[in-house]
Amino acid sequence: MDAVMLSRLQFAVATYFHFLFVPLTLGLSVLTAIMETQYVRTGDEEYKRMTKFWGKLFVINFALGVVTGITLEFQFGTNWSRYSKYVGDIFGSLLAIEATLAFFLESTFIGIWIFGWKKLSPKAHAACIWLVAAASNISAYWILVANSWMQHPVGYVIRNGRAELADFWAIITQPYAVWMFLHVISGAYILAAFFVMGVSGYHLLRGHEISLFKRSFKIAATFAVIFAVAEVVIGDFHGKEMMKAQPTKAAAAESVWETTTGAPMYLFVIPDEANERNKVEILGIPKLLSWVALGDKDGVYRGLKEWPKDQRPPVTATFWSFRLMVGIGLFLAVVSIAAWIRRNTPENSPGLLRLLIYCIPLPYLAAELGWTVTEIGRQPWIVYGMMKTSDAASRVAGSQVGLSLAAFIIVYTLLGIACFYLVYKYARKGPEPASVAKA
Amino acid sequence: MLETIWFLLWGVLWAVYFMLDGFDLGLGTLVPFIASNDADKRVAYNSMGPFWDGNEVWLITAGGVTFAAFPTTYAVMFSALYTPLLLLLFALILRAVALEFRSKSDNQSWQKLWDVCHFLGSFVPALLLGVAFANIFQGIPIDAEGDFHGNLLTLLNPYGLLGGILFVLLFLVHGALWLAIKAEAPLEDRAGRAAGGIWWPLLVVAVIFLVATWFATSLYTNYLTYPVLLLIPLVTVAALLATRVFIAKKAWWKAWFASSLTIVGATLFGVVGLYPNLFPSSLNAAYSLTIFNSASSPLTLKIMLGVALTFVPIVLIYQIWGYYLFKDKVTKEDLSAEEAY
Repeated sequence: MDAVMLSRLQFAVATYFHFLFVPLTLGLSVLTAIMETQYVRTGDEEYKRMTKFWGKLFVINFALGVVTGITLEFQFGTNWSRYSKYVGDIFGSLLAIEATLAFFLESTFIGIWIFGWKKLSPKAHAACIWLVAAASNISAYWILVANSWMQHPVGYVIRNGRAELADFWAIITQPYAVWMFLHVISGAYILAAFFVMGVSGYHLLRGHEISLFKRSFKIAATFAVIFAVAEVVIGDFHGKEMMKAQPTKAAAAESVWETTTGAPMYLFVIPDEANERNKVEILGIPKLLSWVALGDKDGVYRGLKEWPKDQRPPVTATFWSFRLMVGIGLFLAVVSIAAWIRRNTPENSPGLLRLLIYCIPLPYLAAELGWTVTEIGRQPWIVYGMMKTSDAASRVAGSQVGLSLAAFIIVYTLLGIACFYLVYKYARKGPEPASVAKA
Repeated sequence: MLETIWFLLWGVLWAVYFMLDGFDLGLGTLVPFIASNDADKRVAYNSMGPFWDGNEVWLITAGGVTFAAFPTTYAVMFSALYTPLLLLLFALILRAVALEFRSKSDNQSWQKLWDVCHFLGSFVPALLLGVAFANIFQGIPIDAEGDFHGNLLTLLNPYGLLGGILFVLLFLVHGALWLAIKAEAPLEDRAGRAAGGIWWPLLVVAVIFLVATWFATSLYTNYLTYPVLLLIPLVTVAALLATRVFIAKKAWWKAWFASSLTIVGATLFGVVGLYPNLFPSSLNAAYSLTIFNSASSPLTLKIMLGVALTFVPIVLIYQIWGYYLFKDKVTKEDLSAEEAY
């Protein structure tokens, strides 16, 4: 394998791993903040124990999210130096702003929050976790603005042999970025809500800390239903943006080969990439695809064959990732409605609780599949229509990248195991008994 | 002009990073040698507990600003220093995870594992940062395309290693002083004695480094052209001497501030000497990356300057507040808290 492919694999490993921690950070920070606010408002010690319990899981997860993020930022320089040189004027500034605005806030106040239970008034302490939650969400906005620019570059001019900034405002407010942000954030909130419902379900099934976990469940179920239902709409708008900005990605995601007017949506498709067709196409609903993707049932859906082969993304990976992600999203929306209906008496629905435990991994899977569509679907471009991935890598020896890739895999696997062990241990153990938490 | 302002900001960001994470990394390196039992270790870990994460962001920001203000330097520097940089990142990952995970299980081997990771995660970054910066001062074998001609061993040359040792010693003194501030007796006294003891080799290495810099680099050129700049190394040396005076008086906070000034001064001494280079080439001066041939467009530099001048002061205010909030010693009661490291 050459250095480009190895660098891509390394970036994929680093990103997939990083994104195992990010969504829970984004969502659980908000949920923990809501719980602590309830404690401040009511003075009820149970909310404090709840905050500490979910906060501990949050902190374990947070640490890994932070450190694995740093390697991503620095890999643009180590492995993608030609990309960094070409677009740094724009892309670099977005990352630097993210650090200045968000990382400092997040990292400083998480420390104060963890260690400040006795140093701060309850109100000031709750304010700290709100700052952490706000900062992590702000950070998500900036990094997604940066990623959106790779998907749909705007506000630039090619000058001095590179892409230079022309319109900063256009870059940070482009609809692609706004929809992507809403899409990712909702996904993260869904993930965190299902995490809380699943862990609460585990304890409710065992009759352990019923009152505390019922309260947790209720907050999470409300959160889940709002964002899981909203995500169906947001996902559709995000998809329409993708259709406009990246027609090749859209065509690959639906595995449409021929340009079609009033394209139907097939419920079951198996792409046959080698022969530029689909092996199986059944259960077609006429004109649905054009209507969903273009907002016009007679709209023209452009097929992959409109572009030369070297400008198409890998179809099979993009298609299956997209289908699975959408399928999981719709399934979770249904489950979240069921959970919300039973939000006041979840302990009477053991079947639902068991289902919710098994649902914990699903939003994780959906999020990783979503990134697969986003990044593989953008290929062969690193910046869509502007720069090819193959022109972007550093000229470092393949052996060097191979070695670091191996190191990434080993270190991340071990860290993943250690983190999973701790989260599993503390999630099952449940909150500290009331007397200890008070001390 | 914009480029020069950004160059100075770039230097200041690195200086602040070394000053803040310097005590974490130094203390992390010192722990196995100074802690006589588990409680000592936990005092050391908890003394950096509320701070290390915020400190590390200065590194992320220094990296991010290199990317934003001098993208060509970012691209060349980070790919040329590929292996040391990834080693640095892995080490910092281990450090962070060790802090967060160690006390979350009572299992002895679990704790021992993270103790080792914490030591490596502190010592390796301290050493590598010194090696990297000393190499930048003396020049890196990069060609006209910015491609690196060398390997990890190229960087482990005598002057590079000298820089690494200097950083480790600077951080050790800095970290020992932090522990003296945060620990109660008798650990406090041991930490103070360690700071005083390590100060002597630090002095020796600092003198050797300043002399070697004359022969190995062209950092002094700027100082000979503008002798007023010599104030920077003079203040740095004065701060280093003051550190020892305050250690003798057991005035830990004052000694720590003097040590902070030493680290900031040492960084700025190098950075100012480097100007206008950011990443000099040892193959041919024409291949060197300077603030002029690697900067971002004026528009980007202006927008980023607005962001930096607005938000960095705010960051400083809340970080100083955080330090003020946790200025007291780590007590037994602190260690018994559910969330303590």
